[in-house]
Amino acid sequence: MSRKISYRAAMREAMHEALANDPRVFLMGEDVGRYGGTYAFSKGFLDEFGPERIRDTPLSELGFVGAGIGAALGGMRPIVEVMTVNFSLLALDQIVNTAAALRHMSGGQFSVPLVIRMTTGAGRQLAAQHSHSLEGWYAHIPGIKVLAPATIEDARGMLAPALDDPDPVVIFEHAGLFNLEGELPDDWSADISSARVRRAGKDVVIITHGGSLPKALAAAQALAEQGVEAEVLDLRVLRPLDGASIMASVARCRRAVVVDEGWKSGSLAAEVVARIMENAFYELDAPVVRVCSEEVPIPYAKHLEEAALPQADKIVAAVKGLFA
Amino acid sequence: MTDHRAPPPPAGPVPWDKDFALRLLTDMLRIRRMEEKSAEMYGAGKIRGFLHLYIGEEATGVGALHALSPEDNIVATYREHGHALVRGMDMGAIMAEMYGKREGCAHGRGGSMHLFDAATRFYGGNAIVGGGLPLAVGLALAAKMSPKGTSFGARNEQRITACFFGDGAVAEGAFHESLNLAALWRLPVLFCCENNLYGMGTAIERSEAQTDLCLKAASYGMPALRADGMDIVAVHETTRQAVCTLRESAGPVFVEYQTYRFRAHSMFDAELYRQKAEVEEWKTRGPIHTFTARLKAEGKLTEDEFLALDAAADAEVAAAVAFAEAGSWEPVADLLNDVMTPQGSAP
Repeated sequence: MSRKISYRAAMREAMHEALANDPRVFLMGEDVGRYGGTYAFSKGFLDEFGPERIRDTPLSELGFVGAGIGAALGGMRPIVEVMTVNFSLLALDQIVNTAAALRHMSGGQFSVPLVIRMTTGAGRQLAAQHSHSLEGWYAHIPGIKVLAPATIEDARGMLAPALDDPDPVVIFEHAGLFNLEGELPDDWSADISSARVRRAGKDVVIITHGGSLPKALAAAQALAEQGVEAEVLDLRVLRPLDGASIMASVARCRRAVVVDEGWKSGSLAAEVVARIMENAFYELDAPVVRVCSEEVPIPYAKHLEEAALPQADKIVAAVKGLFA
Repeated sequence: MTDHRAPPPPAGPVPWDKDFALRLLTDMLRIRRMEEKSAEMYGAGKIRGFLHLYIGEEATGVGALHALSPEDNIVATYREHGHALVRGMDMGAIMAEMYGKREGCAHGRGGSMHLFDAATRFYGGNAIVGGGLPLAVGLALAAKMSPKGTSFGARNEQRITACFFGDGAVAEGAFHESLNLAALWRLPVLFCCENNLYGMGTAIERSEAQTDLCLKAASYGMPALRADGMDIVAVHETTRQAVCTLRESAGPVFVEYQTYRFRAHSMFDAELYRQKAEVEEWKTRGPIHTFTARLKAEGKLTEDEFLALDAAADAEVAAAVAFAEAGSWEPVADLLNDVMTPQGSAP
């Protein structure tokens, strides 16, 4: 048995469950309460759980993310919602200098069991201050875990293990996925440690995450019609990377394309490629290539925005280039 | 060149019994001797990195911390050796941490600027100016929201989170965001601003358009008190009053302690930004010798008693140094420890 549900509803259900089951859990962020959440993830929560636990904050990202860290130290299990990844830069000091470093600086005395959720990615004509994909920056930082749920199942299943985790977990939710509808199986439980093959193949592996997953799957479908069987590997967990799954896919398919909505320079894709070079160079039949965003702040105009981002046709072309 | 006049020398009766007065004097002496030895060990190459000494400011930390309960939370800055010590941390664990030894409170991972102690609810040791303020707001939020542990003791007292920070932090957005959040949500945070007049080498009037720090705090709708930070009586009594207000109202209170740092900002500071005469004038208001003189005048302290207390502080410092010297280095094989919490252990 399974049931049809949207990504948005799945995430909402996951938060509802956490709030209902654990009195230490509370949700804090801009417009999570009366407004119902910027993307309506917490609609109705204020009436059900009250203003203490569905806590509207001022526009103080540094302050309320830091307060989430302190509340986690004080025994709570906060879910801090940051409206978009661009705004999280105002809180970067607290995330990097405090949340990620505290356990180490204190010699293991203080862990920070905090979950930070934020919207990431482009595709909605929101221009250069609401559209970036900076999850690769976060994946650079020791001391935090970084998740990118890209499916209905992961939207439903990743929050609970993130809240159970004793360390800070940052969850990136791509805005292009919110209206995704699909079947949620009865067993939707998810780990926060492994990558997952979303489509099996043998000729090439397309390695991706987040909002680029549907594009990679569309590209794989188009390639299948042209006789190329592409595997699609969803990284899911951007830190720590599941190297074993990446190398297993590379060994199986012998060709790899890495798709990442971040800019190519210094990207997460660059890290994945470097690891393949270090660990699976002799398994390869062709150089690994990348499909990333063009090196430009995301523009407003629809045709320019589309041109700046990875798209299924660009992925198809990159794959074909490996067989030329 | 700026000239910051020192306040009149602390004077007037000490409203405490001898026992309590000597406890506070003892803690000031322990800090002073520990800091002097730390500077010496820095010169000897035993302590490295940045080292920020609390010499001159002892009355502030000692007077304030003695107004708090062991159940309260403390958040401090990178000039926190004294706070850690008064809070109850072992001097040996502090000294060993500064040496970078495994026996240090953080096994040498933090050093001078990052002293932590779960047992005494001492949440660091934060070297980002203003970085501790949001953390304190969150700790207070947890104390208010927590299904259990909101309060403690027979009288069900509200747990306070005391957050120490310098005047430099007032220029940070974190200060304003944190005061606003604490006031908006009525959180039990005691904001303890140690105003030593300089953010590193920049005098307060060169960085603040409004140098009345109480005015800033009051604008967020919280009580704001001011104390002469060189006078331990004023510091303690003002803090006690702030704590009473806070426990009754459960909203935040701000206290500004006007103090002065006798030594350089850190060990790399040539002190080009202030006049020697200014430093010398403030030294005449030194918190230890002025308090000692008042106690002697009131017959609460003899010179022999003072010498005994000082000798005890010296002995404690000597033992702490011996402990640090005898300590071991954490094996490099353990380098990656304590980045993430080991699987299966509860935080």
